[in-house]
Parts: sequence; structure tokens; C-alpha cells
Amino acid sequence: MSDATPDTQPGDVPAQALPPAPGAAGTAMRSAVLLGLFTVAFTALMAVTYEAAREPIRLSVEARRLELIGQVLPPADYDNALLEDTVQLPALGALGIDGPVTLHRARRAGEPVALVFEAQAPDGYSGAIRLLIALRASGEVAGVRVIAHRETPGLGDYIDPAKDRANPPWITQFAGRDTSPATRWKVRKDGGDFAYMSGATISARAVVHAVGRAAAAIAPARDALFGLPAGAAADEAFKTSPAAPDAHGDASRSTPQ
Amino acid sequence: MNPEERAALGDIGRKGLWENNTALVQLLGMCPLLAVSTSFVNAVSLSLATVLVMALSGGVVAALRTLIPHEIRIPVFILIIAALVTCLDLAFNAWLHELYLVLGIFIPLIVTNCIVLARVEAFAAKNSPLAATWDGAAMGLGLLWVLALLGSARELIGSGTLFSGIQMILPGAHPLQLLGEDYRGLLIAILPPGAFILLGLLIATRNAWMAHVAKVRAAAPHAPTDVASA
Repeated sequence: MSDATPDTQPGDVPAQALPPAPGAAGTAMRSAVLLGLFTVAFTALMAVTYEAAREPIRLSVEARRLELIGQVLPPADYDNALLEDTVQLPALGALGIDGPVTLHRARRAGEPVALVFEAQAPDGYSGAIRLLIALRASGEVAGVRVIAHRETPGLGDYIDPAKDRANPPWITQFAGRDTSPATRWKVRKDGGDFAYMSGATISARAVVHAVGRAAAAIAPARDALFGLPAGAAADEAFKTSPAAPDAHGDASRSTPQ
Repeated sequence: MNPEERAALGDIGRKGLWENNTALVQLLGMCPLLAVSTSFVNAVSLSLATVLVMALSGGVVAALRTLIPHEIRIPVFILIIAALVTCLDLAFNAWLHELYLVLGIFIPLIVTNCIVLARVEAFAAKNSPLAATWDGAAMGLGLLWVLALLGSARELIGSGTLFSGIQMILPGAHPLQLLGEDYRGLLIAILPPGAFILLGLLIATRNAWMAHVAKVRAAAPHAPTDVASA
């Protein structure tokens, strides 16, 4: 170890001759300036790429989102711009999601068709199960899909239709279920209306309970939700008594529960 | 391209794929190796993304090598690699979205792979952009075939299938159920210890083969001796 040759390593042949160093302070200054320049240059490269990629990424994400929504609500059922026609739900305990939830409103020729929103079952076999739920304006469930889960492969993962060997897939039994009290939101083992696969009851039970809770919370407020202006916060819809038509809502459409 | 340059490029390729193989000889990049070699498709997906990043970062660093002061080369290399990975991530997301849905989670993982920085420091900083690009690609391809082998073995032993998830990359292709519907799986192959054990077996196989080759060469005195340069 010698202080006289700080820049050379054994066996390391420099590709080019460095300019003679004008002393420690000068070297430090030159390094700092060059490092700064490199940082600016590569940050600029990232910024340019980000700008160029932003719009295509937005379109891809939207297309994917619409494709996902299409699994719970047939695209032919609505004709509005579903991704723009949204309201922000407050953090409701019944949805199982911390923080606000975006709710999409599907309409056909201006008439309410369905509400699409996410919910979460906190009590899956191994962690939370994320769900996408479509609820028709009539109060029945249009469809449910599992969008994220960590259930045991080959056992509890039949809640995801991509992994389900049953035909029709287990998750399709939610379609057409009424949110009125007549529906018992439990698996058959617990005295409810929903099938499950023996040996993997916990996953099914978690999903059934979560859909039941979410539907029961959103269904009474659906007329108020359809009445809100796009982009609004929907806190008011959950403060008024569930049966009463909201001031914004179209009172003639509300049906007594 | 003159024969000398061509020979040099051939040498780079042979080193990357076999003699200095990142996974079997240099034993670098163990983190992604263990994490994603649970199936063939995962292993190959990560490797392909790594090939791309290594080739790109090798080329860019080699092109800029005369501008990078020796004292601050490491932070500059890291800056370049991180910026390129970010740009690649954005570009994949924007223009190859289907592929991004599969590879997307792997691309940011590549910055955790020390092999990228290692090749930039050991090779790209001292060579021409063409040689450095090819070196990065060859090192990545060396990682690819080992990871593909490891992923296949772990998937087959662990769950009895091969190519599961292939339909995400090639629509219409189907995974193979090789060990029968009622194969219960051997969990340890999927868990990290399985990766260590199988990698150890691969390294042992390679070493045994190299010992065999050395013995054959010693028996034939006219064959050129080939000492792997570390």
C-alpha cells in the first residue's frame, strides 16, 4: 500500500490516460462536477422516457382495467365511459379496504345499470383476498372476481376462476344473487346458500362473507351513488339513512327494501 | 471485422456461457437465482430481462468510459444501471404491455443482481462498446441456460409440471403435467434449500466434467492447454 499511486490497481490497465490530477482539492471538485453532470444527464434520460411512456402506459392500464371489469359486468350492458364515471367511497369497514375506494358507475342510455367496486376479505387462509364486485341497479350481484389472493395452490385457489377446475367456476355462483335479506351470505356448511369445496372451506367462507358485507353496505346507498356528480366524494350517501332517497338522487327510482 | 476481433468476440462468448459462467463459476447473482428459479417460465423470464439490462449497461458504460473518472466510477456505474433499468421498465410497460405483465415484476429485481455491476466494473469499463455489449449479453445468456435448467428441475421435482405459466408468454401453449395428476409434489424443491441443493449438484456436475476434460487433455499432450482466467 503506497500513497504515491492512489489510482492504480494491480492487474488493472486503465483504458485511457487520465489527465494529470491537479491535487486532492482539484480532483474532488472535478469528481463532484462530473458526478453532478452524470446525474443530471441520466435523470433527464429517465424524465424523457417517462414522458414518452406515460400516455401508452395510461392506455394499457385502462384497457386492462376495462378487461377486468368486463369479467364481472358484460361490456354490452353499458355504454358510458366507465373509467371516468366514478365516485370516491369513504373508508367503509364493510369493504375491508383501508382508505378510499373508487366506485365505477355503469349506465346505458343514461339509465343506471351497475356499480363496480373493489372489496377485500381480510380472513382468507393465508392473508387478504382482493375482490372486484359488480352490483346491478336492481340490487342483485352481477358478478364477482378475485383479483389478488395468496390461497394455497391446488387447494383454496379455486376461488380464482383461472385456477378452478369446476365448470362453471365456483365464483360464478355469485351472479344474480339478491342483496335482500333472503340471501344467506354463508357457505352451506354454516347454513348459508353458497357451495364450497370440502377441505378448503376457509377461502370460500372468506369470499362469501366479504361479498355479503360489501353488497349489504353498498346496495342501500345505490340510488344516492348514481345521483352524485362524477368525481365526487360519496361520504354523504352513507350518512343519510339507507332507505331514504338522497337529495341528489332520482327519487322515483328508489325501491323500498 | 478482422479475424482477430472475431476471435476476441468468440472468446467473450465462450467465457460468458461456460468458462466464467455467472451462476456456476462466479457464483454471483444468487439472490434472483434463489428467488425466481421456482419454475422454468419464471427463470427464463428473469434471465431474458437480465440479458437485456446487461447488454445495454455494458454498451453504455463502455461508450462513456473515457468520461468517467476512476475515483467515482462505482456511483456513476450504479447511476447508469439504475437509470437504464428504470427506462427499460417504463418502455416495457408502455410498448410491450403484454410481456410487461409477465416480466414486469422481474425488471426492478435486476438492480439487486450484483452481476450487472460486476461485469460493468470488470469488463465494460476497459473495453469497446461492441465487446462490452456482447460480454453483457453472453454473461446474461450463461445465466439464462443455468437458470432454465434449475427452474425446470425445481418445477418438475417440486410440483410435477413443466412450463407452468407459459400461456402468459405464448397464448395457446399449455404447461406439461409430466409426473401425473396425483403427484403430490416435493415442497423442498420449490423452497430456497431446493435451489441450493440443485445448484450444488449442477456445479458438481460441471466440475466433474471439467476434471474429465482435463484428464483427457493430459493424456493427449498436443492438445492446447486451456486455463480459465479468473
